[in-house]
Amino acid sequence: MKEKAISIIFTIIGLVAVLFVLLITVYLIIAGIPAIGEIGFINFMFGKVWRSTGVNPEFGILPFILTSIWGTCGALFIGLPLGFFSSVYLAKMAPKRVRDLFVVVIGVISGIPSVVYGLVGMLILVPLIRNVFSLPDGASLFAAIIVLAIMILPTVIKVSLTSLEAVPKEYEEASLALGANETETYFRISVPAAKSGILTGIVLGIGRAIGEAMAVMMVAGNVANMPSLFQSVRFLTTAVAIEMSYSSGLQRQALFSIALVLFVFIMLINAILMALREEKDK
Amino acid sequence: MKKFIVSILIITLALTSAFASGASETSKSVSTDGSTSMEKVIGSLGEAFMANNKGVSFTYNPTGSGSGIQAVSEGRCDIGLSSRALKDSEKAKGLKETVLALDGIAIVVNPNNSVSDLSLDDLSKIFTGEIKSWKELGGDDSEIVVIGREAGSGTRDGFESITKTSDKCVYRQELTSTGDVIATVSSNENAIGYASLSAVKSTVKALKIDGVIPSEETIKDNTYKVQRPFVMVTVEGKQLNETADKFFNWALSSEAAPIISKAGAIPLV
Repeated sequence: MKEKAISIIFTIIGLVAVLFVLLITVYLIIAGIPAIGEIGFINFMFGKVWRSTGVNPEFGILPFILTSIWGTCGALFIGLPLGFFSSVYLAKMAPKRVRDLFVVVIGVISGIPSVVYGLVGMLILVPLIRNVFSLPDGASLFAAIIVLAIMILPTVIKVSLTSLEAVPKEYEEASLALGANETETYFRISVPAAKSGILTGIVLGIGRAIGEAMAVMMVAGNVANMPSLFQSVRFLTTAVAIEMSYSSGLQRQALFSIALVLFVFIMLINAILMALREEKDK
Repeated sequence: MKKFIVSILIITLALTSAFASGASETSKSVSTDGSTSMEKVIGSLGEAFMANNKGVSFTYNPTGSGSGIQAVSEGRCDIGLSSRALKDSEKAKGLKETVLALDGIAIVVNPNNSVSDLSLDDLSKIFTGEIKSWKELGGDDSEIVVIGREAGSGTRDGFESITKTSDKCVYRQELTSTGDVIATVSSNENAIGYASLSAVKSTVKALKIDGVIPSEETIKDNTYKVQRPFVMVTVEGKQLNETADKFFNWALSSEAAPIISKAGAIPLV
């Protein structure tokens, strides 16, 4: 009797979590579809001009989509090699004390709120970029990429590290016994064995980068330009965040549509993640 | 058990009747609706008004000037709030405007910028991207970095309507708060931005417009041009309820003036 009651309670608690996801999905679809219908799918997704409060408003979100894609790719381009090589180093080569210290540091970095990244970026990185590249202003896609690259590092390192350390010792020992040196062993044996874990880390990093709003809002300049490295740009996330508080009517509905597009992107990334996991189980 | 259920029922009944009686005293409340730029002013006025008059409720619905004017004309609120003067077409519909306070928008640049005076015309040209370098204005040979606020912001709306640059501004950055604008301008020598006069600090330099420095006096005597009125909108000939009328008159009195200036606007009395 008691056991049954507890089982029911846990089932209900589990269902609450599922219910929230369903609610959010349904709400986003209901709230996001009307504006797309009104603006027209092609005009909305491929329009190059976003002028939501103009006399003749235009709602094209292509600049936001491209910026989000470029920003995420850029962050991966910088963050991925750094994260990958650090995790190989920490898992296989670093002395235990260095490794333990780094794990703590990475834990701290991943716990820093994104607004702090934004603030530091705004006060230090943006003026630095302006001076180094002698631009009129440093708030740009480039600044956002750097901030995002730093933000995805802990995710990439943590997940890759765990899976690299889970590679059975026998694999490496066999490789070494056959005459391969340590570097060959790590990159030819350990890394392929930990492949799916490392890929998971990368996909989680992409998810973090594409969903980040606050830090990006503070360094990217937020003008709805088509993406260009040293131009002020607006991401999908910031497009929603920046206008939501004062929006009304079709503008507000269009913001929900942007959120829906972002949601679809995130869902795609999750689907890729699940596919990777399944492959691992096989 | 039965006793318990009965007592719960009694409590529920008592509570509902208490709420019901509260709701019936609608005349004890003032509802306002409109301009988001007036949030600070109307918020502090409302708070003070509620503190002075026990049992009175004050509501403010930040929807934007247009919506506020619409709301008062449809009778959905007692007083509409607008951060622009009424258009003739709106007056023709029987709406009446009463200026509550004035809001000055300062044009700010970095203190190291040698330019200190602009004409209103040049200002429009800078923000629409027609003038691109400080050199054309007698400053250094460097590109002008135009900093603005996000679409929908009251300050942006105010600035663009005064300079007649609505929809035409070419910004380098769009920021979400006055503080961000001030911080960015103070850290970039080529930047120019706008902010409510009350928010201007010593880290930035407020420009003269057509030779007039922004201050309380120059805004009141209308010589400083980048300003707009904060207006209370009512329906002509329609009597306000007793509490709303009391608020209306009190907000215009000298008693409310210090509250308005503390909130960053310039009271008329």
